[in-house]
Amino acid sequence: MTTTLIQTDRFTLSDAERSAIEHELHHYEDSRAASIEALKIVQKARGWVPDGAIAAIGEIIGIPASDVEGVATFYSQIFRQPVGRHVIRVCDSMVCYIGGHESVVSSIQQQLGIGLGQTTADGRFTLLPVCCLGNCDKAPALMIDDHTFGDVQADGVAKLLEAYV
Amino acid sequence: MTSASTNRLTSFGPANSIARTPETHPLTWRLRDDAQPVWLEEYQAKDGYAAARKAFADLSQDEIVQTVKDSGLKGRGGAGFPTGVKWGLMPKDESMNIRYLLCNADEMEPNTWKDRMLMEQLPHLLIEGMLISARALKAYRGYIFLRGEYVDAAANLNRAVEEAKAAGLLGKNILGSGFDFELFVHTGAGRYICGEETALINSLEGRRANPRSKPPFPAAVGVWGKPTCVNNVETLCNVPAIVGNGIEWYKGLARPGSEDMGTKLMGFSGKVKNPGLWELPFGVTGRELFEDYAGGMRDGFTLKAWQPGGAGTGFLLPEHLDAQMYAGGIAKVGTRMGTGLAMAVDNTVNMVGLLRNMEEFFARESCGFCTPCRDGLPWSVKVLRAIETGKGQPGDIETLEGLVNFLGPGKTFCAHAPGAVEPLGSAIKYFRPEFEAGISRSAAPVAPVQFVSA
Repeated sequence: MTTTLIQTDRFTLSDAERSAIEHELHHYEDSRAASIEALKIVQKARGWVPDGAIAAIGEIIGIPASDVEGVATFYSQIFRQPVGRHVIRVCDSMVCYIGGHESVVSSIQQQLGIGLGQTTADGRFTLLPVCCLGNCDKAPALMIDDHTFGDVQADGVAKLLEAYV
Repeated sequence: MTSASTNRLTSFGPANSIARTPETHPLTWRLRDDAQPVWLEEYQAKDGYAAARKAFADLSQDEIVQTVKDSGLKGRGGAGFPTGVKWGLMPKDESMNIRYLLCNADEMEPNTWKDRMLMEQLPHLLIEGMLISARALKAYRGYIFLRGEYVDAAANLNRAVEEAKAAGLLGKNILGSGFDFELFVHTGAGRYICGEETALINSLEGRRANPRSKPPFPAAVGVWGKPTCVNNVETLCNVPAIVGNGIEWYKGLARPGSEDMGTKLMGFSGKVKNPGLWELPFGVTGRELFEDYAGGMRDGFTLKAWQPGGAGTGFLLPEHLDAQMYAGGIAKVGTRMGTGLAMAVDNTVNMVGLLRNMEEFFARESCGFCTPCRDGLPWSVKVLRAIETGKGQPGDIETLEGLVNFLGPGKTFCAHAPGAVEPLGSAIKYFRPEFEAGISRSAAPVAPVQFVSA
């Protein structure tokens, strides 16, 4: 793992991130409301939300960094540590359980050598559980990045992952 | 394997292919057979925004509220609160003129994908429903609070909002009425609890999604302290047809015997032959849904239990399939209708393992604010894991029953924990031997846990 979790370098938001966040401020009566969207903007650009971004977002919005951190750590789709180039979200809700999602998860774990919440050493994949993806008529379901797949079978996982390098 | 590389939306399913008419399927008759989204031109060609035009030209704001009240429309998010009554709670005081309409599109209830289908394929139906509702409630701004994982729904809603703006159906002076309505799509960042309406308000404000205490209700003190109405996607999608076709027509939709009015997106999943989602009149029986629409169980599987409407509803037995699908009909057999999307549990599924999976979900998704929920749900997971692996202790089932009682309605800050223990209580009631089978015979008896009432 080459990325350190504690950054000592001075952090600056890119101009693109800054202007995207400032644009969001106008959508709400109170600028605090843009905090979640701001975290998502940074995450979209960098894959995750580094420590320095927390303070920088707080500064733009005008709220304490501790409030930004409180929000960042509450929501499951905001990543406060580096993730792989591709994020696999496996639906673990009850219909997918009945559909056999546990065998799909085991198959992914075996092929990638990681557990839930972990990232492959080459930084290619991160594996996470997710709430019901609303694809229950095609269970078990999973998402890779922004794409949802249904009727996933344990022996079909390898082929699915091939497309993501 | 279906994939995003095909040009069909993931919400494509039987709802697209059953016979539908405008008179009998107000929510879904405009769906395309090829499951592509219905954009503005096609939506208007299919009578879209006609109800909005009628509402703006012919009806006063109070008349719209009264129409929805008289129609008997109830919330479609799972709780079934009368929509007109909720609307009626908005203050009459004209000085409180900044009001918000929020659409709860944070669909994360396990086994629920009805709102996804509506938003992906019929985004303008939701926008028209919100436009009419906003007019009725005098809300000048609306937000669709959409869960982040619904990527296609977000894209389609955003495009539809732009189309509506360009056509003068959103923005300033809509349809020459002098009424302004701005609509934004706000995407969430995960956590099931955001679907609780006051947690949703906190989340929209950029806070942690802990529920707020009620009262005050959002109608009085909502987002940014302003009067706010929160309605589910499917609820809002009912509004155009009610306003357009009238109350008498709407009240004639449901089957005889149903106390709920209109149609409902109902579904069946699990190992049934034809899992899917259909728009059906309230009052159809569970059996009709299960046998005629879902096609019964797949070969080699038998129905052991079913759940009528999402993870937070209780389990029922095959003998309960004759219950009518409406709030009172399902209440007669001891649980709630919930979202109306049912799940079949087949004979190969062990109830203890299934409940362990469900309580893991509820424990993970607890916001952690109140103690019974934060500590009680992980406790139930621990006990269920032990029983699942044959390491249960004598007294464990009684501990679970105690948790079902102490996390029940009225004992926690919001409805999350009561929803979590409802299926657990019913599973123990109907399938106790499966739980008993996981109690280790070699374990020394331990004194049962004493629950102390608060």
